[in-house]
Amino acid sequence: MRNDSTLALRDANASLELAVDGGQALRPEPDETCPLDMRGLTVSYGEKPAVFSVDATFVTGSMTAIVGPNGAGKSTLLKAALGIVTPLSGSVHIFGRTFAESRRRIAYVPQRASVDWDFPTRVIDVVMMGLYGDLGLLRISGKRHRDTVLACLERVGMADFAQRQIGQLSGGQQQRVFLARALAQDADLYLLDEPFAGVDAATEKAIIDVLKQLKAESRTVVCVHHDLATVADYFDHVLLINVRKVAEGPVARAFTAETLQATYGGRLATTHIDQLKLPAA
Amino acid sequence: MLNTFVDALLLQLGYNATLVAIGAALLGTAAGTAGTFLFLRKRALVSDAVAHATLPGIGLAFIAMALLGADGRNLIGLLAGSAVTAGIGLLLVEWIARRTRLSEDAAIGAVLSVFFGFGIVLLTVIQTMSRGKQAGLESFLLGSTAGMLYQDAIIIALGGALAVLAVIVLRRPMTLVAFDPGYAAATGIDVRRIDLAMMGLVLAVTVIGMKIVGLILVVAMLIIPPVAARFWTERTDQVIVLAGIFGGISGYVGAALSASTPALPTGPIIVLTCFALFAVSLMLAPGRGVLAALLRHRRFQVRVHHRQGLLALARGEPIFDPLTLSVLRRSGLIRKDGVATDAGRAQAAKALRDEKRWEIARQIHHDDTVVGRYDGLTPIETVLTRDEIADIDHRLGGPQPVGEAS
Repeated sequence: MRNDSTLALRDANASLELAVDGGQALRPEPDETCPLDMRGLTVSYGEKPAVFSVDATFVTGSMTAIVGPNGAGKSTLLKAALGIVTPLSGSVHIFGRTFAESRRRIAYVPQRASVDWDFPTRVIDVVMMGLYGDLGLLRISGKRHRDTVLACLERVGMADFAQRQIGQLSGGQQQRVFLARALAQDADLYLLDEPFAGVDAATEKAIIDVLKQLKAESRTVVCVHHDLATVADYFDHVLLINVRKVAEGPVARAFTAETLQATYGGRLATTHIDQLKLPAA
Repeated sequence: MLNTFVDALLLQLGYNATLVAIGAALLGTAAGTAGTFLFLRKRALVSDAVAHATLPGIGLAFIAMALLGADGRNLIGLLAGSAVTAGIGLLLVEWIARRTRLSEDAAIGAVLSVFFGFGIVLLTVIQTMSRGKQAGLESFLLGSTAGMLYQDAIIIALGGALAVLAVIVLRRPMTLVAFDPGYAAATGIDVRRIDLAMMGLVLAVTVIGMKIVGLILVVAMLIIPPVAARFWTERTDQVIVLAGIFGGISGYVGAALSASTPALPTGPIIVLTCFALFAVSLMLAPGRGVLAALLRHRRFQVRVHHRQGLLALARGEPIFDPLTLSVLRRSGLIRKDGVATDAGRAQAAKALRDEKRWEIARQIHHDDTVVGRYDGLTPIETVLTRDEIADIDHRLGGPQPVGEAS
């Protein structure tokens, strides 16, 4: 990364690291207070790495945006953290343990486009999927489960749609149902893949309200995010990646014109960066 | 023939026919419920590869049992052999799709044809064996119910019951994997293992179904019932139950039909009965059926023409579209010569006024809940309250006579 030398940010703050090999040796062992910790994470589909040697630590009660251009490996990074794809090398610790040991403390909101919305299921059934871990051998849901599901739908403003077939929902409503399903899991770490992609303004507001509520309950939120204009408004931490990590840390320090230029290269015109609401340097 | 058919339905047609009818019903139920997940996971054709891969197993099992001096036609032995090669075929499809750049359909095509070809070679070899002539192994291709034994029926019943039980226990994880595999993996479900369990179920149904329906047609019993059931409901649990019922009915009725006429083969008749249920569902199901969709489209079209016709009347524009004219005429809004009736003039004025109300409403309310509902058809009364409309009317001024609009 040619920008490593040009950016004198390395010693600015310990939590803001540029992707420098060897930096991981200085970091303490991941313990159970750290919701998500990745070390030297490399994932590849075929011969080309989608994510290369990424180290990242997420802070309890923080809201982090994972930002980067298309094909930068943002979603892949999430999927590797969740054990959906197997990393080629590196490790992931969730609350100091492996994914399998901590899975009940994690909730995942996949990309909306990843499922077939003509599937024969209703809104209430989809949210109930978040409770499958709680159901017994015969997986019969009781009134208690139903109440939980309806309360979660209420939180995202979708209680009136409980009995609808999912194919009848608008894109924003589908996204809110996915969020409600994650809420039903009552997790400590929420990983969301582009929750604001292609949703209406009302949904965007509903989602961000719920996420801020989660943060207020000192749960940790990590979003793959593509809208640079809202990063500073919505999030307090940011992880910039383009296959390799470019910068990580509080928005005020890590989300700057320099780090953005390093992440997006020539694809992000300087004028565009100027228009962003970047935190005062 | 009708009397014989009724006798067959009432299980009055003798021991063998009764065994076949009950066996086919159980098989159909098991196949329909297990097949639902295959259909929802969009992997219906894998079952075709599995079914064809049973054939070499049958041949090998026969040869092995004959060489050991046992009766080569022992059903349990033959089924066990077929399960082994079907399992190998299934794992091969999985392996090719996962480890090579070939897609699953290519893997299915390769495995299906190679295994089936090998099976046919084995069957031909068996024909030349001294004891092979009366083996009748080719009956497994299209099924044969003549001379079905009590023991055979028990195997089918037990296998079917186990398959249904497995579906009940595994239905939630299998549904989740079919709907959203990524999320399923993130909640700790081993997606690959669930997929293998699902395919194992399909394999079991295929193996027990070979005797009645035959390995070539058993795929139909797995796929058609859930596809038909999908037309009637929007809930996975109900699709499973309905598919089981449809499969059971087609097995039972199909077996009775073929028993009542000597010349009709059981397996193909069961499949055709199944198809009849599918055809009825396709045409008549409310909501998703073809007829319902046509009716819905027609009603919508009439609404559009009704509205457009009213607006044209209000603006004094000539109407040429024959459908618009006939819609207005049938509602008594215009006379035969195309002149608006009193009712027509009143409704036209209302339509035009609503258009103007909408225009004001869109200026006042910028949010989606109002602006997004302006589609030209939604009555304004269903979106805004009476007070809001009164307020808009106030801004519009007094009632405006027809024709002043242009």
